[in-house]
Amino acid sequence: MAKRIDVSGLTAYYGSHKAIEDISMTVEPRSVTAFIGPSGCGKSTFLRTLNRMHEVTPGGRVEGKVMLDSEDLYGTGIDPVDVRREVGMVFQRPNPFPTMSIFDNVAAGLRLNGKYKKSELNDVVEKSLKGANLWNEVKDRLNKPGSGLSGGQQQRLCIARAIAVEPKVLLMDEPCSALDPISTLAIEDLIGELKERFTIVIVTHNMQQAARVSDRTAFFNLAAVGQPGRLIEIDDTERIFSNPSVQATEDYISGRFG
Amino acid sequence: MSDKNGSTSLRGASLPRWSPWAIAAGSLALAVVIGLAGGLDSHVQWGLIAAVLFVLGTYGVTARVEGRRQAKDRVMTSLVWVAFLLAVVPLVSLVWVTVKRGVKVLDVYFLTHSMGVVADTEPGGGIYHAIIGSLEQVGLATLIGAPVGVLTAIYLVEYGRGALARAVTFFVDVMTGIPSIVAGLFILSLMLMTKTQPFGFAGSLALAILMMPVVVRSTEEMLKLVPNELREASLALGVPKWRTILKVVLPTSLGGITTGIVLAVARIAGETAPVLLLVFGNPFINTNPFEGAQSSLPLYIYQQYANSAGSGAAYDRAWAASLTLIAFVMILNLAARGLARWKAPR
Amino acid sequence: MDISTQHTDAAASPGLPGPAAHQRAARGATRPGDRIFIGLTRGSGILLLVIMAAIAVFLTYRACLAISDDQGDFLTTFEWNTNLIPPSFGIAVLVYGTIVSSVIAMVIAVPVAVAIALFLTHYAPRRLSGPIAYVIDLLAAVPSIVYGLWGALVLVPHMDGLFGWLDEYLGWTGIFSWDGGAPRSMLTVGVLLAIMILPIITNVSREVFRQVPRMHEEAALALGATRWEVIRMSVLPFGRSGVISASMLGLGRALGETMAVATVLSPTFDIKASLLDPGGGTFAQNIASKFSEATEFGRDALIASGLVLFVITLLVNGAARLIIARRKEYSGANA
Repeated sequence: MAKRIDVSGLTAYYGSHKAIEDISMTVEPRSVTAFIGPSGCGKSTFLRTLNRMHEVTPGGRVEGKVMLDSEDLYGTGIDPVDVRREVGMVFQRPNPFPTMSIFDNVAAGLRLNGKYKKSELNDVVEKSLKGANLWNEVKDRLNKPGSGLSGGQQQRLCIARAIAVEPKVLLMDEPCSALDPISTLAIEDLIGELKERFTIVIVTHNMQQAARVSDRTAFFNLAAVGQPGRLIEIDDTERIFSNPSVQATEDYISGRFG
Repeated sequence: MSDKNGSTSLRGASLPRWSPWAIAAGSLALAVVIGLAGGLDSHVQWGLIAAVLFVLGTYGVTARVEGRRQAKDRVMTSLVWVAFLLAVVPLVSLVWVTVKRGVKVLDVYFLTHSMGVVADTEPGGGIYHAIIGSLEQVGLATLIGAPVGVLTAIYLVEYGRGALARAVTFFVDVMTGIPSIVAGLFILSLMLMTKTQPFGFAGSLALAILMMPVVVRSTEEMLKLVPNELREASLALGVPKWRTILKVVLPTSLGGITTGIVLAVARIAGETAPVLLLVFGNPFINTNPFEGAQSSLPLYIYQQYANSAGSGAAYDRAWAASLTLIAFVMILNLAARGLARWKAPR
Repeated sequence: MDISTQHTDAAASPGLPGPAAHQRAARGATRPGDRIFIGLTRGSGILLLVIMAAIAVFLTYRACLAISDDQGDFLTTFEWNTNLIPPSFGIAVLVYGTIVSSVIAMVIAVPVAVAIALFLTHYAPRRLSGPIAYVIDLLAAVPSIVYGLWGALVLVPHMDGLFGWLDEYLGWTGIFSWDGGAPRSMLTVGVLLAIMILPIITNVSREVFRQVPRMHEEAALALGATRWEVIRMSVLPFGRSGVISASMLGLGRALGETMAVATVLSPTFDIKASLLDPGGGTFAQNIASKFSEATEFGRDALIASGLVLFVITLLVNGAARLIIARRKEYSGANA
């Protein structure tokens, strides 16, 4: 089910401003890859190019190739809407749809796409909520609004909503930065379980978190403010945190700058 | 910090709390004396003298005791209060008089009968035909104006980039400032060219033109309040943009958009000028808005006032119709506000 | 460049396809639903533009029909005789009346509205200000014909006293002299317009004053300023452009107001030196009053006057927008 991502020569712009330049990397299926780096280095931008969310931003534009298994996401005739069904996303701040109940939030992806059977819906919602470790907490109030949950629960609801459409890849943009430590722990545990089924890419500012949850870690940096961000190195997480091959990585991790 | 100078300088000299009342009473008494002595017979003049004395007195007393800055402050305070009280008088009078005179002939008979066989100067008759006309004209105007307004706002917020969007934004602003009678003249010019006689729908078209920019503005505001994160969440689920807008963005802002539309409806329901030009007025019941002259509540009020040569019966009907119209507009307003509060995102 | 060449281009240089190719590709994959929806919304926007253009074109066309047959000078003639052969009519009286009544309304309404807005935001007890603001909000929705009826039947009889007083003490100026006729004059119209636009200006100003950052006010307070000094130092500068745009909104209403003027004024087609003597007219009032007796030609003449009113309101709106844009650049408060 999970798919491999193969990026080559990717450059992204906001209008005339080049945000990231010439990034190439491979993300293995059924693994967790963490993106770390100082603020403004373009790791979130890069993440958003992986499901064509970058071009939603006015002026957003991309050059290069992103292969999902054998298909170029930026190839001719590729529909970004279809890409996003394959590559799901969880955002920095929990953003459940305020007008929908918990049930409807999870079912939103299927319903809004208009491709579902009524009988399946209940199963999908239960499965997804279980997959997000939220089922036991909300099974008695599925018809209550999603905005009534705690921050951590809301974020897991958003994860359930994302996995309900059965994507192959799950992108997470600092999913814990708005949460308290206990909720963060719950999400981190969840990531460990989800990687059995999905390819997971997570942007994080928290290096301990990267060390805890990821198999591989990519370090991004920019030469100066206003310069495009670049991928400095990507390697097994253990190696990045113990013995990185680039000095800048070691400086960043040991807190010498950033 | 314990020395005497420190504490006294912080406390300063200040007037007791009752001083404004005392100054007011003093200046009133003085004004009465001046009035009696000068033989001024108008009580308005006494009041004015008292007001001037009060302002001068406040300034003088405060300036002496508390200093000039405080004096200025107090004078401005009294001016602001005076302005408020001054403005309240006509507004309260408007509502009070309308209710008091309106209830005189406002009853079920009045609401269910037309002016068909009643001369404008006679008592009797009612506003049934006007209510029918108003409902039909405003309803049709809303059917045209609200969708166009909402769709335009969606275009501006969700798609609008570049020259076309800028032009639309600019001309919506311009359109907001069109006097209602000009909108009426525009439709009139079309009717002159097609040699059409007045009919209800012509009024609806003018009202729709007046309604559109109002709806665009309010809907735009509401759509801008929908957080971008919700749009992105939906797009990231692989939902096409048009479905995202219809199923996520619009439901989230539905309360606000409806409120805006209802307020716009309330506004056009009170418009008289275009209806006067285009629908013309008709004492009989005409339920067909597409043929023949109709009446409407505001137009009825105007014609009862203007065509009755000072007849008390006609004035009574005008007040009763005004009360009905105000009630209608107020109910719409209150409903809109209630809706906004009820539907506000929690 | 069609799609197939693009594809080969992309294939020929893997990893380096131009940005244009992507944009083209993304657009090519737009769904029917998206296309229909964009078409609908854009179509509505275009419809608005078409309506605006049509208003300008049709009014101008009909106006030209009338003006070309006008024996008098359209701008300076002091009469409105569209039934004469040849017809003779001009807008001089209407320009004067419209401007004078609106200016009176603004002179009265703006300071009072600003004061009420300040009262509600800075002076009134909290428990009072909420309900009062709500009521003023509702008063802004009262239809103008009701103001007109009230003006004609309640306000006019009450103006006698004020008119007598003005005549007695300020009659020597000429503009406040009174011949004792019914007080259905420009001053009464101006007062009524002021009362009508008061709620609108108050509401917008109050909104603006409420948005003054607490920081600014606290900064002034911390300097030991009195309440009035706080208002002068931080509230009024911050709210100035908002008050101006609110006033322009009110001015727009006053210029185009029809029914309230038509019910209160006893129109004559001349310019009275005194604001107290009945007479004069405004664009909108003249259209409403003359309409029912007008022939087709007469209606075209009225349309011509309406076109002038339209242009005047456009200029006022444009000026307001310019002022606001300029203010925004200078005022750090909005940042």
